[in-house]
Amino acid sequence: MSIRHHLTDQLVMAYAAGELPEAFNLVVATHVSLCDECRARLASFEAVGGAMLESEDVAAMSDDSLAACMDRISGLSQATARRPLKRAGIFPAPLADYIGGGVSKVKWRNLGMGVKQAILPTGKDASARLLYIPGGQAVPDHGHRGLELTLVLQGAFRDETDRFGPGDIEIADEAMQHTPVAEEGEVCICLAATDAPLKFNAIIPRLAQPFLRI
Amino acid sequence: MMFDARQAEKTDAPSSAQQYAALEQRVSVRKEGSAVQADQVETDWAALVLLVRDHQDKAAFAALFRHFAPRVKAFLMKSGADATTAEECAQDVMATLWQKAHLFDPARASVATWVFTIARNRRIDALRKARRPEPEELPWGPEPEPDQAEVMEAQQDTERLGTALAQLPEKQRALIERAFYGDLSHSEIAAETGLPLGTIKSRIRLALERLRQQMS
Ligand SMILES: [Zn+2]
Repeated sequence: MSIRHHLTDQLVMAYAAGELPEAFNLVVATHVSLCDECRARLASFEAVGGAMLESEDVAAMSDDSLAACMDRISGLSQATARRPLKRAGIFPAPLADYIGGGVSKVKWRNLGMGVKQAILPTGKDASARLLYIPGGQAVPDHGHRGLELTLVLQGAFRDETDRFGPGDIEIADEAMQHTPVAEEGEVCICLAATDAPLKFNAIIPRLAQPFLRI
Repeated sequence: MMFDARQAEKTDAPSSAQQYAALEQRVSVRKEGSAVQADQVETDWAALVLLVRDHQDKAAFAALFRHFAPRVKAFLMKSGADATTAEECAQDVMATLWQKAHLFDPARASVATWVFTIARNRRIDALRKARRPEPEELPWGPEPEPDQAEVMEAQQDTERLGTALAQLPEKQRALIERAFYGDLSHSEIAAETGLPLGTIKSRIRLALERLRQQMS
């Protein structure tokens, strides 16, 4: 996979610090699963956290804390250790975990013109969804009020800025008005997250918006 | 499968007590002059985690606990936890270290970095009650016998970064600290840290590339 569009340093650092909303965490974790470049950048920002912890002032633990911790450890059963997550087709492990499997498990809803979406269950401060866009089809034209991340999992789309293929991530902010169109051929499947409701320019999608929970 | 192999190895483990005594000796070796600094430099934390991993070594764990638990507690208190919660969570974090020792990869991260990621995740659980999706684990996992030079480098990265962090202008350091203590929203975080992160990134990038080639 030759990835050309990566996460910004700001996103990688915010993920390393643990400060992103869940929906963004999901997109970052999914991209990192596909991208060694960003995996290495993430590790470098986490090393800052390590250096900070190492130089941290100490807060004394109570006298019996080590014994209490050993008790806790002996109480841990092997069963509580989670199995490593598995990739499911085009879905890297963190995403497959939300879906409970691969593409066939997604509960799509039609948006019209063959375009489908599925909202994923995340915390409320940002929302995540999967998009299914047949080749040649446009995603409804929209502007953004917040930050929007779009990660391609299959196929490709183009917009006014560039081409985005598997593993590529497009990061759009409020200033950006763009019209992504799926490339002819394979259906384009993307994972998108936003921290603000999308505002559609076309009349019908705008009316539909409250029902779509975007 | 890897787990079974380690369990088997445990039965004919030489004497972890002997190995540990050697480590304790190294722990007590201090550079002349600055004892506190030297304490951090000389202790082979990674070796202690491997003793916990391979031999469930309680003495090694106790040494890790004495060093890291009070730091984790302080970190969590600065992140807004009260002392009781922070103490509870610090115990959880150290228990997780024991339980997940088989996932620690000393060639990629220092023990401090690894403990930081566990503490960060615990903070998200406890204080924000949010879910945090994690990247897929790498197919080859931590190597049973990591390259010693790589292990050294990974552990030294933390020291070098610590030094660089201490040398930053006060204002800039405060901004990074606030980001990691959870005082800033993601849009307020400035990624321009002024720290030498490029060298760490390149080192890890090269290692990942090499391992992927070996795998294919
Ligand atoms: Zn990337």
